[in-house]
Amino acid sequence: MAEEPMFDPSLKKRKKKTVAFSEDPLGAEADPTTPAPVVIDDTTTNGEAVDMGPKTMHEQMKQNGDAGAEDGAEERKEDDDFKAMFGDLKKKKKKKDIPMDLPEDNSGTSTPVTVPAATEDLDFSDLKKKKKSSKKKAALDMEAFEKELNEAKAKDADEEEGGVEGPAEVDEAELGDDPFARNEATVSMDAGNEPWLNSDRDYTYQELLHRFYVQLHASNPALLNSTVKRYTIAPPQMLREGNKKTIFANVSDICKRMHRQPEHVIQYMFAEMGTTGSVDGSGRLIIKGRFQQKQIEHVLRRYIVEYVTCKTCKSPDTLLSKENRIFFMSCESCGSRRSVATIKTGFQAQVGRRSKNKTG
Amino acid sequence: MSVQNLNTFDPFADEGDPLGSTQDVGSQQNYIHIRIQQRNGRKTLTTLQGLPKEYDAKKLLKAFKKEFACNGTLVDDEEAGQVIQLQGDQRLKISTFLTEEGIAKNTIKIHGF
Repeated sequence: MAEEPMFDPSLKKRKKKTVAFSEDPLGAEADPTTPAPVVIDDTTTNGEAVDMGPKTMHEQMKQNGDAGAEDGAEERKEDDDFKAMFGDLKKKKKKKDIPMDLPEDNSGTSTPVTVPAATEDLDFSDLKKKKKSSKKKAALDMEAFEKELNEAKAKDADEEEGGVEGPAEVDEAELGDDPFARNEATVSMDAGNEPWLNSDRDYTYQELLHRFYVQLHASNPALLNSTVKRYTIAPPQMLREGNKKTIFANVSDICKRMHRQPEHVIQYMFAEMGTTGSVDGSGRLIIKGRFQQKQIEHVLRRYIVEYVTCKTCKSPDTLLSKENRIFFMSCESCGSRRSVATIKTGFQAQVGRRSKNKTG
Repeated sequence: MSVQNLNTFDPFADEGDPLGSTQDVGSQQNYIHIRIQQRNGRKTLTTLQGLPKEYDAKKLLKAFKKEFACNGTLVDDEEAGQVIQLQGDQRLKISTFLTEEGIAKNTIKIHGF
């Protein structure tokens, strides 16, 4: 609380900046613990928790909108979605740090809106400490974005079950390699108090973009409801047959879920993993070689990115059809149509004994 | 002063079909593929396929072997051309090595589990 007086003046002058900054370090810390706001909101309702729901929703929607504008960010989101898809597998991993980050997290969701002064002071004193631990601005911005994503995800998870599974995955999403810094993207500013009004500097693209989304959502509240739906798939069930073969038991289920032909999926998996196998009588896939569940999961995830989700709108409602030896993926929700890469096995090294018919 | 309409130069002529010249449209021809194969037990094999012509595969293999402390060979394949084959799972190492040497990351495709 000692920092609070010296922090305040700057806060009043450029509210937007400080808020943006304060949210970032938060994101860095609160990232893995995103279930926190969802679970805790109900319990620790101290004033602002009530209006937090719609505000964060707004924020999140904005984030999604922003993400739509920038490819890399969107990629990330997609990644996250797929990670979240298998989220329930790693539920237990991250639970332990939830309690300690609670207050910060709570404040983090409420900071972007106009916060009551009392809580502000509290938060910023906390945040200041955090700020030192965080390193790069670019990374921070990404983190903030991640956090928003998590909130979105947590919300979804809340609707479905538990609310714990989605965010546990997020730290797995690779962070550092995003080239563009998303400065000021998380800040909400009301129309009329744009920062460039006071000075005669030029407005940045980010600010204008942000302003656009603020106004868009102000005039079209209906947009807020169209949040991303989480696309879930049952985790693959792996069994070991003998020493050298793996059984992938629920291939058909997963294929049904993705609306893809099992043959196509299997072909892709074999090509990716550089192995062979067969389908047994009860529709299970027998793969040569030892594979763990997470390995198969990884392959499936890539399959989904490549062949299931629409590249334009990220919707998983797509159809795969073959025309003239080329597969086309047409999206059911946005109507886009694009060709997808053919599955190629590539070079297969000679492993093990040489086959008898091959001389040499 | 020249009248544009009378110009002999047709701005659209030289463009043609941008994809027309390449044989296989939409193929992954110019990707560098890094694959992994399982051998017996915990052993694996990493293959690097589709290296651009301007890189000397032999020298690269030597560098790989030294850098990753593994053995490897150069295999000639009818379809794939020269393939570098390394012992063990060196996929990420290869990828970082190549990116550090200035190969664009989006041309490298890592396959496998």
